[in-house]
Amino acid sequence: MDTKQDNILKGIAAAPGIAIANAFIYEKEKESISDESITNVDEALQNLDSALAQSRKELRKIFSLAVDKLGEKRAAIFDAQIMILDDPILISTIQNRIKKEKKVPEFLVEDEISKYTRLMNASNESYMKERSHDIEDIKNRIIRNLKKKKLRSRILNDVVVITSNLSPSDTVLFARADVKGYVTDFGGLTSHAAILSRSLNVPAVVGLHEATNKIKDGDLIIIDGFFGQVIINPDEKQLATYKKKLEKLTEHDEELNKIKDLPSQTIDGREVKLLANLDVSTEMDFILHNRAQGIGLVRTEQLFEEHEEFPDEEKQYQIYKSIAEQIYPDVIIIRTFDIGGDKVLPVDLHEPNPMLGWRGIRLLLDSPDLFKVQIRAVLRASSHKNVKIMFPMISSIYEITESKRLIDECKKELSAEKVQFDKNIGIGIMIEIPSAAVMVKEFAQEVEFISIGTNDLIQYLLAVDRGNDIVSKQYQEFHPAVVRTLKHIISEGKKADVSVSMCGEMAADPFAVPLLIGLGLDSLSVSASAIPLIKKIIRSLNYKELQVLADECLLFKSETEISKHLHHFFNTKIQDLIKNLIRG
Amino acid sequence: MIEKTVKIINNAGLHTRPAATIVKLASKFKSDFFLNKDGMHINGKSIIGVMTLAAEKGSEMVLSFDGPDESEAAEEIINYFNRGFDEM
Repeated sequence: MDTKQDNILKGIAAAPGIAIANAFIYEKEKESISDESITNVDEALQNLDSALAQSRKELRKIFSLAVDKLGEKRAAIFDAQIMILDDPILISTIQNRIKKEKKVPEFLVEDEISKYTRLMNASNESYMKERSHDIEDIKNRIIRNLKKKKLRSRILNDVVVITSNLSPSDTVLFARADVKGYVTDFGGLTSHAAILSRSLNVPAVVGLHEATNKIKDGDLIIIDGFFGQVIINPDEKQLATYKKKLEKLTEHDEELNKIKDLPSQTIDGREVKLLANLDVSTEMDFILHNRAQGIGLVRTEQLFEEHEEFPDEEKQYQIYKSIAEQIYPDVIIIRTFDIGGDKVLPVDLHEPNPMLGWRGIRLLLDSPDLFKVQIRAVLRASSHKNVKIMFPMISSIYEITESKRLIDECKKELSAEKVQFDKNIGIGIMIEIPSAAVMVKEFAQEVEFISIGTNDLIQYLLAVDRGNDIVSKQYQEFHPAVVRTLKHIISEGKKADVSVSMCGEMAADPFAVPLLIGLGLDSLSVSASAIPLIKKIIRSLNYKELQVLADECLLFKSETEISKHLHHFFNTKIQDLIKNLIRG
Repeated sequence: MIEKTVKIINNAGLHTRPAATIVKLASKFKSDFFLNKDGMHINGKSIIGVMTLAAEKGSEMVLSFDGPDESEAAEEIINYFNRGFDEM
């Protein structure tokens, strides 16, 4: 009997694992608004209320952060948008229509606000058309929040989410539900869907282009995160094959479980610390279970997405303290908010090129109040001396000295308030901008540790947008310029006697690990789900051989040569168990 | 009821910032307040309504105030128009 092959879609394997579950189609953009009737008027009114409240919260968040940067004109627009949410005439009209017409609130919001935008569009003045866009923005925000509320109640557990793309706030939404896997039309290995899946230990296949077209709600889906393939409504043979694979996978997990308590070191005794990245608070159990030797990166902007507004000092302190206590005596590295770029603010600021714009340390130094609240919270959580602080997107020495000055200021304040903290708290920086890589010798003298953020470093070094499908092939971990830059950072860091870690996605790539250790990294910070496999790899290698391997890779001129060399090394040196698993 | 014709005298016209200020001023008073222009009758306490008015420099509109504190409301809002929305 022939296997039907036309039900297989191929994409990029973004997070390992296999799952068999029903599809849940999440179409946020395309979803049209219908004039569905409702039966529960009170509930609809309440939903409208909470969508307005949520929109108000979001706008205030942007406003509080960006008011000085927006310019008077855009600040006025935000102010007016907040006022629209409280517009007595508009809101009471919508409420009355809900009561009378008994239609879903999103339909009536759309209908009522469109009356105004139609009037604006009818005007001959060009600025009226612009104004109409601003009103559209607020309309869409309210509708989005109305739908989100609905979506929350609609998300079922045990499904594979099928969507065109996932934004950071979507990922938080789904992280709360027990999702079995992610399939997206767009995005690459470093997309938010990919990163989230790896931290939640569920399989993901991204960049499938047609997934949302070909898959229907409720279809049975096999997602293979090793091979990067998705099977829609599998036949019996396909189902049987994958059930067998799932069994093998369980055996493999048990196998990896056996080395859980063994040290992470090479055969010839070189120790490489395996740390975990923390994205969402729900990961903590998993991090402890997989015996991470600390947390190399707490992505605080992600925690803050979970809270939907800037948590105050006390709230942040509680969060950081709880993480630090759970991992004690191991260390946690808290990275201060990396807001901007493609995280949290992009849509709202309308920057022409957000990845080259107001993000990371730039935004923090421009918002000293926000920054100092976070620094104080981190310091307060450091009283047991197992907390370090790290700054994102550093590109100049000024940014380091200014940040350190703010830390000193906070220390003085806390001392005066007689609050306990670690007076010698370790300070580190991310090396993720090429200028920082070039200047690493001088930068390293200012800090205790450095951590290489490969996602941004590669994107900026090669001038390739990691979220852009069209050029994603040019986003190459093994580009010789990347390998040589890593070598430079690591050697200069060692000369300055700082510890050098890596916390980007590259650190979790089994093919990259031998090279990275050969280049001399002291530790790797990866998704908790990757720790057992990476440890297995490290334990089956010889450091001396890896140093030779790294030196060989530094001589190549093309990505193809390096990639081929590393794959060859991997296939000959690393034990069969791992090989079989990755090959499927 | 008080009715008064006012002229827009600032360069930028009735843009978003003054629209918001007008609504904020009007909301302090109990009286009803309407802006009438080009056949449109706009409630001055509704920001989205006021924003639908296109009023460039030199254009005119009729303001009407009706209620217990109509004279105070009229004085404050007409003054704001006459000051060119504090942009002169």
